Amino acid sequence: MLATVLVGASDLGWRRVLAEIAAQLTGGTSPLSEREAAIVWQLRVPRVLLAGLVGAALASSGAAFQGVFRNPLADPYLLGAAAGAGMAATIVVVLAPATTDWIVGPLPIAAFAGALLGVGLSWLLGRSSGGTGTATLLLAGVAVAAFLTAVQTFVQQLNTETIRQVYTWMLGGLNVSGWREVLLALPYVATAAVVLCLCARLLDVLTLGDAEASSLGVRPGRVRLLLLAAASLATAAAVAVSGLIGFVGIVVPHLVRLLAGASYRVIVPLSLIGGAVFLIVADHIASTVLPGELPLGVVTAFAGAPFFLLILRTTRTRMP
Amino acid sequence: MPHPRPTLATLLLLGVLALAGCADREEPAGTEGDDSGAFPVEVQAEGAPAVTLETRPERIVSLSPVATETLYAVGAGAQVVAVDAVSNHPEQAPTTELSGLNPDPEAILAHQPDLVVVNADLENKLADALAPTGTKTLVLPAAATLDAAYRQFELLGTATGHRAEGEDLARRTREDLAKIVADTPEPEQPLTYYHEVDETFYSVTSTTFIGQVYDRFGLTNIADGDDPNAAGGYPQLSAETILRADPDLIFLADTVCCGQNAETVAQRPGWDTLTAVREGRVVELNDDIASRWSPRVVDFARAVSEAVTTAVAGTSE
Repeated sequence: MLATVLVGASDLGWRRVLAEIAAQLTGGTSPLSEREAAIVWQLRVPRVLLAGLVGAALASSGAAFQGVFRNPLADPYLLGAAAGAGMAATIVVVLAPATTDWIVGPLPIAAFAGALLGVGLSWLLGRSSGGTGTATLLLAGVAVAAFLTAVQTFVQQLNTETIRQVYTWMLGGLNVSGWREVLLALPYVATAAVVLCLCARLLDVLTLGDAEASSLGVRPGRVRLLLLAAASLATAAAVAVSGLIGFVGIVVPHLVRLLAGASYRVIVPLSLIGGAVFLIVADHIASTVLPGELPLGVVTAFAGAPFFLLILRTTRTRMP
Repeated sequence: MPHPRPTLATLLLLGVLALAGCADREEPAGTEGDDSGAFPVEVQAEGAPAVTLETRPERIVSLSPVATETLYAVGAGAQVVAVDAVSNHPEQAPTTELSGLNPDPEAILAHQPDLVVVNADLENKLADALAPTGTKTLVLPAAATLDAAYRQFELLGTATGHRAEGEDLARRTREDLAKIVADTPEPEQPLTYYHEVDETFYSVTSTTFIGQVYDRFGLTNIADGDDPNAAGGYPQLSAETILRADPDLIFLADTVCCGQNAETVAQRPGWDTLTAVREGRVVELNDDIASRWSPRVVDFARAVSEAVTTAVAGTSE
């Protein structure tokens, strides 16, 4: 984290930035100009923190989804969370483009509501169709995601002049971010993280099967609902402040599983940390590898897709 | 639905009606159809297929805002029967729900055009769909340079039977721009600028059509970096890069689309430290004027000139 604060898109000199941090901590004289200090404290530091928050949210909720559905392909974007957020954001951009504020305006709130709507619809449809297995819920999620994406595409086609805005948001990124986004996401991600960590033991129980879990005094339905709500909350908060950033929720929990074993009591908290590190590094690459910005979602896909295939190859025999 | 090729009598009748109907339109004086007999004519924009027009088009559908503005400027407004949803200038342009991005041949043919003007036509799909009805498709890709824009003015004049007006428009635009530049004071030190396309910091480099306008005033583009050709001339900058560069002038081309203005810019993290913000040199452009290679490029140049003049006056005080 410190390394990414020291080096950024503009060359301030890492020693000077280090001296600036030391000066702020000790009350000494700052070596940076007012503008350079603004770059460090108003751009770099909140951006790194936000990347950490978003990464932690996506990875921990990915681990939770995989545990709840006992499916290694489950991730935060399954069950229509991303599709719902994308649809809601598109509608806001189209209906009120002049009022669209990427920080505190209607867009993040709409994305948040859309993500929850997507997951809620998937869960209700999965339940009402009579199935109790994870496959039913996953199929419901696929159907809901397809429907919400269709609505989004329809709205986009009717309003082609705003496609650029929607498209940029869907690529995902933290370029336009500051302390306000950090403060916006922090309470939701923190709440979800606490719930997921406290309930990680229950995820281990769920992996035994519903009958075994019931025999141990756990009510699988209620536990799933609680975990789904917490994971959706974290996902929605992440999507609201950063747009759509894929692969974090699949790759990080799998990597943790490979390194630290199959217990969710370990996977969930380590995914929180691993997700944060993964996205901080990915965002640093996005902001420094080219003269301009590279969409963060592109970087995570570049890194995540091949890695995901590698994980699939090495773990397929052990997957449920 | 196939549309029969218009007969000579129909064309004559339409021509008379068009001339009669344009009495209250803004047309350049004494220029109506002065060279309409110069058909057939072959026209071809750079990077687009050639089109042969046997007769003067009398029912034009424009699916390009730039083409719409230019058609009216060369005196072909009376021949325009429909324009796409984004063509919002001039006021009298017959705006419809037609899409230039995703053109629908059937919806276009409902206006019974004899010429359709579009920005792009991948694999000639639109042209192939319209051809059986006798409708010609003229593709006018984005002009990469000012000279390419002038050539499009002339081309549209030629294609619509207003060759002289097209050439005159190109000449006048070139001269107007040159005069505006000449009348603008030169700063002692080169001024730097940042042109904002949207609020996620997409910008333009000096290799683009827009960048070339700034270039005429001797302004230095902070988006050029080491490679002005990066990202096709439309890179996304980071806030950090912009703050570090501390441009002398900030031009906002996202005032309409995205509600940006000097106040919202000042509220962005760290932007209150920028010289341009503190000195009041944030210029609120009209998104459309600052993105179209139409005759209104003169208005864009005028806005840049005013900003440079103000900046020079401020620095010399």
